[in-house]
Amino acid sequence: MGERVLTVEDLRVDIPVAAGMLHPVQGVTFHVDRGETVCIVGESGCGKSLTALAIMDLLPRSAKRTAMRLELQDQTLDGVAEARMADIRGNRMAMIFQEPMTSLNPAYTIGNQLEEAILRHKPVSRKDARKRAVHLLGRVGITAAEQRLRQYPHQLSGGLRQRVMIAMALMCGPALIVADEPTTALDVTIQAQILHLLAELQREFHMGLVLITHDLGIVARIATRVVVMYAGEVVETGPVDEIFRAPRHPYTQGLLACIPVPGKTRRGERLGVIPGMVPSLVGEMPYCHFASRCPIVIDECRAAPVPLTSEGGRGRRVRCIRAADVAAGALQAAGTAA
Amino acid sequence: MSAAKTSAAMLEASDVTRTFMVSQGFMRGKRPLHAVNGISMTVREGEVVALVGESGCGKTTLARILLGLLPPTSGSIRVGGQPITGLARHEVAKLVQPVFQDPYSSLNPRKSIGSIVALPLKVQGGVEGRETRRRVEEMMELVGLARRLYDNYPNQLSGGQRQRVAIARALVNRPRIVICDEPTSALDVSVQSQILNLLQDLRRELGLTYLLISHNLAVVEHMADRVAVMYLGRIVEQADTDTLFRAPKHPYTEALLRSVLTPEPGLGIPDTHLGAAYPNPLNMPTGCRFHPRCPKRFAPCDSVAPKPLGDGGTFVECHLYDPQVAQAAA
Repeated sequence: MGERVLTVEDLRVDIPVAAGMLHPVQGVTFHVDRGETVCIVGESGCGKSLTALAIMDLLPRSAKRTAMRLELQDQTLDGVAEARMADIRGNRMAMIFQEPMTSLNPAYTIGNQLEEAILRHKPVSRKDARKRAVHLLGRVGITAAEQRLRQYPHQLSGGLRQRVMIAMALMCGPALIVADEPTTALDVTIQAQILHLLAELQREFHMGLVLITHDLGIVARIATRVVVMYAGEVVETGPVDEIFRAPRHPYTQGLLACIPVPGKTRRGERLGVIPGMVPSLVGEMPYCHFASRCPIVIDECRAAPVPLTSEGGRGRRVRCIRAADVAAGALQAAGTAA
Repeated sequence: MSAAKTSAAMLEASDVTRTFMVSQGFMRGKRPLHAVNGISMTVREGEVVALVGESGCGKTTLARILLGLLPPTSGSIRVGGQPITGLARHEVAKLVQPVFQDPYSSLNPRKSIGSIVALPLKVQGGVEGRETRRRVEEMMELVGLARRLYDNYPNQLSGGQRQRVAIARALVNRPRIVICDEPTSALDVSVQSQILNLLQDLRRELGLTYLLISHNLAVVEHMADRVAVMYLGRIVEQADTDTLFRAPKHPYTEALLRSVLTPEPGLGIPDTHLGAAYPNPLNMPTGCRFHPRCPKRFAPCDSVAPKPLGDGGTFVECHLYDPQVAQAAA
């Protein structure tokens, strides 16, 4: 592919809580090249959003971040002073959040906030900043851009606000965009439009895109590569077609069996389920995190931590000692996955 | 499905409208917002009818009217064959019960699970102490909640367990109809599938009728016998699920179906072909309310409102299918 834009190696987040030390992100490793869309997918509490915040250095104050490597292009992000980080954030990498209303300032006009995004980082005149704002608003599909610049966030619909957020993220021409559930708060038709736009812009500006979502439909349609997270760990990663065609971790396979697919799952037929609950991530858990819910668990799963190991090339890696059995249909034999 | 067609109507709305007067700001007049604008629909016994549409289309307002929580501005509702106006509030509640989207805000955090599920029994009366506990425990078991959770509080439960509590509460009085308003939207996918399975099981075991309100078309396709598509206060298309998914007629239905992102890599993000954003319901478009976004609009669409074409159960409200309009335009 292209140039490496993001390298994340053994990223960890620790948060002290009343019951002890919470480990919501435990050794996450992945990378993003220019022109690639990497989707981080998982259910609530798997650590996907904290991974995004950790990359952007936007974690809550009490949280402690460590990493073997955390690099944006050739720039390390680990141990960088906040002042320097503030120069990088919004400039060379930008973030788009789930709820655009809370990330836009209600007291300033759209124009003001868009211009500020570039004036903060680049030596351009206000006039040029305005020009770029108008250009990008047009590019993200907002008509009558000049008028929109004078409006306030509350005067826009949710879909329009998210388009403004995307335009804002693009103001400085970043190498990387991190989008955390960017369409979850939107209606389905608007969701499709926004994702369509994101995919188009990512190609046009040749950026790296990290998209965080719980929606496997979105992942299938937009991702180049997929990172599946469960209980703070990456359980499976690889090219999108392989993950969906032949999932090798019991969690990935279970997750895919849970969703109804028009034309595939029959009406009224039972959907797959993953019994049990996500384990507590307070304290150490030196064995497979999925063991308590796994239908094909064996004693070895609880004996030691399970490493993320390469499976059949193409960057495919799986954290399961029974990955080969899963690929051979062990879950279907156990009668759990549809 | 075919049996449902001949069975009795459990829930009927005839030409129901609901108008809210919305303030335009200080010293300015109020303007009418037609949240529900002339809706007729029938849900027959044992059927699962889905109501789909985007936020602001009026689906939740319609649900509140059908639950008897909001009187319609005009039109009539019949529940279990009787006019809703002739029934007392608790009599309606005995027949129809809701399950809401967010099990975090729909359960009182200061009440134990047992007393939350028991509340409808208390309100309806006629059930005494030990019998109450027995019925509650029986219902908890039916929805897959352990009896030991009886004295627990909602904050000790997961999202899926809370939604089971909400379902148990809705069913404890054995209603005939359950209106599920986005019952799984707030849940993780692995929990969503458990709740959908549960709703299917309960329907079979208790002979329930469902009105399912959802924006998730994959869920709708999986659960519903019939689908009504709502847009800006009106049902623009209604058909049995297979027909609607195989051969959608209304351009809005087509766009909705195109927006469904099935987990199939390689297909890319679909183009919905939808123009401008959702219109302001206070400023309703003239003619067909969908025309500003419609990729197939033609001459009469911006001036003449389309009429429903078809019979009561299967119809579409679009000029494209009106031979008279098509002829006049040609």
